[in-house]
Amino acid sequence: MTDPFRKGDPKLIAARYRAERRFRAYGAAALGLTALFLAILIADIAVKAWPAFFEYRAVLKIAVDPARVDAKDPVKGDFEGLVKDAFRAAFPAVTARGDKKKLAGLLSVGAADDLRRLVVADPALVGSEVTAPVLLSADADLYLKGQQTKTARRPGAGTIRIAGMGEGYVLTGDIDGLSPGELVRVNGGALRITAVVAGGLEAEALVRPETLNTATAGQWDVLSFSIAESGRRISDREIVWLESLKDRGAIEESIAWRFFTSGDSREPELAGLKGALVGSLLAVAVALGLSLPLGVAAAIYLEEFAPKNRLTDLIEVNINNLAAVPSIIFGLLGLAVFLNFFGLPRSAALAGGLVLALLVLPTIIIASRAALKAVPPSIAEAALGVGASHQQAVFHHMLPLALPGILTGTILAVARALGETAPLLMIGMVAFIVDIPHNLTDAATVLPVQIFLWSDLPEIAFQSRTAAAIVVLLTVLFCLNAVAIYLRKRFERRW
Amino acid sequence: MTAWTLLIVAMLTGAGFLVGLARARSLRLGGGPVFHSLPAYHGLMLAAATVSASVLAAALAAIALGSASIVMPAIATIAGTAAMAALYPRIAAPFRARNLFERFVLLTLAACSGVAILATIGIVFSVMAESLVFFGEVPVFEFLFGTQWSPTANPPSFGFIPLLTGTLLITAIAMLVAGPLGLLSAIYMAEYAGPGLRGFLKPVLEMLAGIPTVVLGFFAALTVAPLIRGSGQALGFSVASESALAAGLVMGMMIVPLISSLADDIINAVPQSLRDGSYALGATHSETVKRVVLPAALPGIASAFMLAISRAIGETMIVVMAAGLAANLTFNPLAAVTTITVQIATLLVGDQEFDSAKTLSAFALGFVLFLFTLTLNFVALRVVQKYREAYD
Repeated sequence: MTDPFRKGDPKLIAARYRAERRFRAYGAAALGLTALFLAILIADIAVKAWPAFFEYRAVLKIAVDPARVDAKDPVKGDFEGLVKDAFRAAFPAVTARGDKKKLAGLLSVGAADDLRRLVVADPALVGSEVTAPVLLSADADLYLKGQQTKTARRPGAGTIRIAGMGEGYVLTGDIDGLSPGELVRVNGGALRITAVVAGGLEAEALVRPETLNTATAGQWDVLSFSIAESGRRISDREIVWLESLKDRGAIEESIAWRFFTSGDSREPELAGLKGALVGSLLAVAVALGLSLPLGVAAAIYLEEFAPKNRLTDLIEVNINNLAAVPSIIFGLLGLAVFLNFFGLPRSAALAGGLVLALLVLPTIIIASRAALKAVPPSIAEAALGVGASHQQAVFHHMLPLALPGILTGTILAVARALGETAPLLMIGMVAFIVDIPHNLTDAATVLPVQIFLWSDLPEIAFQSRTAAAIVVLLTVLFCLNAVAIYLRKRFERRW
Repeated sequence: MTAWTLLIVAMLTGAGFLVGLARARSLRLGGGPVFHSLPAYHGLMLAAATVSASVLAAALAAIALGSASIVMPAIATIAGTAAMAALYPRIAAPFRARNLFERFVLLTLAACSGVAILATIGIVFSVMAESLVFFGEVPVFEFLFGTQWSPTANPPSFGFIPLLTGTLLITAIAMLVAGPLGLLSAIYMAEYAGPGLRGFLKPVLEMLAGIPTVVLGFFAALTVAPLIRGSGQALGFSVASESALAAGLVMGMMIVPLISSLADDIINAVPQSLRDGSYALGATHSETVKRVVLPAALPGIASAFMLAISRAIGETMIVVMAAGLAANLTFNPLAAVTTITVQIATLLVGDQEFDSAKTLSAFALGFVLFLFTLTLNFVALRVVQKYREAYD
């Protein structure tokens, strides 16, 4: 290695300045990479989540038959049957058993929920015709969101002639540009092109055309798909049905409020976050209710009253270590102590809250101690000087001044508790729970665990639900952090 | 009955306070010698006595008879009232109510700080007790040095080595990412960035630090892993769909804020006079950082790295979602490996019987994990204390 400080070599000086710039660029690159990662992470999740906040519904005119829905007790009415019949009535041409079943499969299992809600809220509707939204199944919903295949629709150019040939059809005329796999919708039917033959195209009927009349430009159109039928969960025939509903204006897109107002479900289109939100609220309330008083009390003792001896040293080392123990170990503690020893109910918000309380206790103690330490001694000395006892000085004068700092630490602890997953897996909060918990001992799940559960499911529709749940969680956390930063800025005092 | 008992205790306590307060006030109004304590302290003292007596009685009743028994609220009422009645006649001018109450408060505060110790004891004993049962069935030697981990097979084998190598592999990848990134970020923030840029960068890093690991796990499993698999296959490597690389990379990004914030503080703590001396000798900024600041900050940075490693070893959700379940004994970052935390989580999720070695093995793993991270944290603290240069 050459001596870097050899006198007055301009080349060497230039090299040293280059090294300086390089080093600086490395630092900037590291930070840039980190920020980029964060941006990609958030953008990726936001893009995945976006579709889950919307849902597609068919709008049907449904006659509420008094024979099937009792006006005196509408809750027990056969709304499923009504909705299914009304949906089938929209497709009079579908008569085969298998097709009827498939058609009904386009509807969600909970398709009748909205109608039931309408009628139960207003029993006078029984006997009249109601225009009600009917929730579509997850597969239909995904297709309409363009997630199953991209569907391109182009109007037919020129005239097209149709001839029957055995079970199938032959298309002739202006058929340039049509290729196998595409759908030709003509005369009320839909024909799938299967092969190119001399002078025409062979096609099979997905929906039989009503007539074999020659169609001119504007009377027919072509659907083509980016993904072939074998590669998606929705068949060409189902797409034809959905497209015809769309043409009739019977499909509407709306904000999926049920994502926030219903509990978990096996059906992606019905699954909601309410149960998890309530569970999170209960668990965090328990955690905070325990760890805030305990943590502040411990901090006051250690900072103000504890004698300097082995025991208090031990407590301090303990708290620092506890803060660094992996969270999953707290789950083991919860399982062994709270569930097996004390016999608390599994999956309950109570046990989850207790585990979270222990988890955030060190955070609150450390933050509260720092806040107490930041209060200048002159405050306490002034109080003592006018005859207050030590405890009066602490509780009447120091604690109020330390409160904003304690609050900031507490909010960050709440954010930590809200995002914690691993220890809650140990105490059984991973169960599939449909009901919304009403008290602390009901089986419950929390938001991050719900995210974990949904991310494990194979259905594609759950993927965007998972991302949407993450968006909700991150929004809550960012709000909490923003409040903490605001408090810190607002009440920060320099003495 | 628990709710009733709590309600009764709360009401008795409130009543105690009001009774004490009223009594002291009325005595003071009657004239006579000056009271030692303010009336509120007489009330508080009575309330403190009531609450401790009734809670103690209720707890004893619950232990003896179970929490469903009607005896619990009854005995709480009796004990609380008795305590109130016993102290009531003592309310008088010379009664040192404040001193007594402050002693009660001090004891309460001390007990609260004891909870931290209780939690540690709880962890050690609960995990250790189950581990001991496990080691009664599976020899320690076989556990620590076995190279086969298949707890669900018949007969099951509990060899810890593949889990250890898997954990270390993912931790190593994470540290390879987080070490340079975190350290360079910290240097830039502490040495180069102006206050404006710092004001923007710090919240960005805090935001990353605040993202729940389940979110990072989702990102690792659904975005990063397919990306790595795709690009690996394009280059002709065979990449497992749950490769160690994906989990390690994302875990590394998770740790960057931890390292950078710790290292930032440490670099800022190096006295300015050292830098000034270096500049005076003609060194450039980066030469000063590399040859003066970093060596001075080395113990602190080493301990930051150790804390980061302990964090990586104990991290659960990212690996549960993005790493595999198969315990492969390999150091290939493109292969699927499993970690200690993944195994704990998968063994204990769902129904468990507590007599099976399979469930108990999770506690043994937890014990090992606890010892691991405890040692790392302890050493990290010691390193800082021992090698810290005292400059002033």
